Amino acid sequence: MKKLLTSVSIALLLTLPLTTMATPQQDLEAFQDYYQERFPGTPFDDFINGVYSIDPASREQWEEIEEFPPYELSISRGQELFNKPFANGKTYASCFASGGIGIRQNYPYFDTTRGEVITLELSINECREANGEKPLKWNKGPIADISAYMAYTSRGNVFDIKIPDDPRAIAAYERGKKHFYQKRGQLNMACADCHKFYAGNMVRADLLSPALGHLSHFPVYRSKWGGMGTTHRRYGGCNKQVRAKPYKSQSAEYRALEYFHTYMSNGLAVNGPGARK
Amino acid sequence: MAIKIRAKAKDGVTTVKTLMSHPMETGLRKNSKTGEKIPANHITEVTAAHNGNVIMTANWGGAISKNPYLSFKFKGAAAGDKITITWVDNMGQGDSAEAAIK
Repeated sequence: MKKLLTSVSIALLLTLPLTTMATPQQDLEAFQDYYQERFPGTPFDDFINGVYSIDPASREQWEEIEEFPPYELSISRGQELFNKPFANGKTYASCFASGGIGIRQNYPYFDTTRGEVITLELSINECREANGEKPLKWNKGPIADISAYMAYTSRGNVFDIKIPDDPRAIAAYERGKKHFYQKRGQLNMACADCHKFYAGNMVRADLLSPALGHLSHFPVYRSKWGGMGTTHRRYGGCNKQVRAKPYKSQSAEYRALEYFHTYMSNGLAVNGPGARK
Repeated sequence: MAIKIRAKAKDGVTTVKTLMSHPMETGLRKNSKTGEKIPANHITEVTAAHNGNVIMTANWGGAISKNPYLSFKFKGAAAGDKITITWVDNMGQGDSAEAAIK
């Protein structure tokens, strides 16, 4: 039933006059222009620092924290886990390009052979399973530590997510875009409401961060969590905060969202892992 | 269990920053599955020494958060001197680390 719906919706998508539908590239330009106009004092490259790029008071506190960041312990653990061989003698390096070092900016990507979006955490667990190890839990703990280490080795590398000329890739991108702009939950809010239209405003005691540059610093150490967490952990939390039922981590929906979300930050550099409230 | 230390001397004042890995359980939290209290497991004492002489002792309780960050300043040290941070917890565990002042 799901396959029928997907193929019918793709067919419908293709029959629409293409001139009325914006290309991802057009969406990207409009998206990035919006934030640059909204926050004229912020240099483009600084958006990777989220609220700290738009609020000087919290930036001061954050810079102090960054002198001795709480995520350091996670990076050390991640490095150990990354270098430790599996029972069969191989290591994570064998599953990744460049031995897994300096590759965070390549994720997520659309795998045209498999027809799906591949995220970094998904690759980590697939590497484990391919080498006879049990997969890790998706949201926190060892997988976040490994992802943190891999992000750390990629700092400074620029995101250049590609959307191949494949209707399935476009469909995944559009699915992510739809999730971002769709209102959901008892509070009837969309990601775009807080992070685009009301970015920079206060919601109770917190500043809303701009979506531009959002995922560059993931995985993230949140003071609220007292630990490191992955992108999908935050997605689930965000959905719960508007009282919507969250999707499962690494579900097709969240992977599509991550695909759209990361693509929108093309041109910005990796600065993970980050420290946030 | 790890202790990371950074110590920098500037204009006669040395600033020591340290990050200690520790669960810091208060003893009041309940295990969500069994309903039982998770036993208290937190650092009770932190000592900082400069070239072997104790310069600071901190008495901590369960109110200090997980993976505590501690920072303090003191006078009378120079670059190259040794700073040692030691902690002991209520379970009898302990750890210690040393670093040179930059």
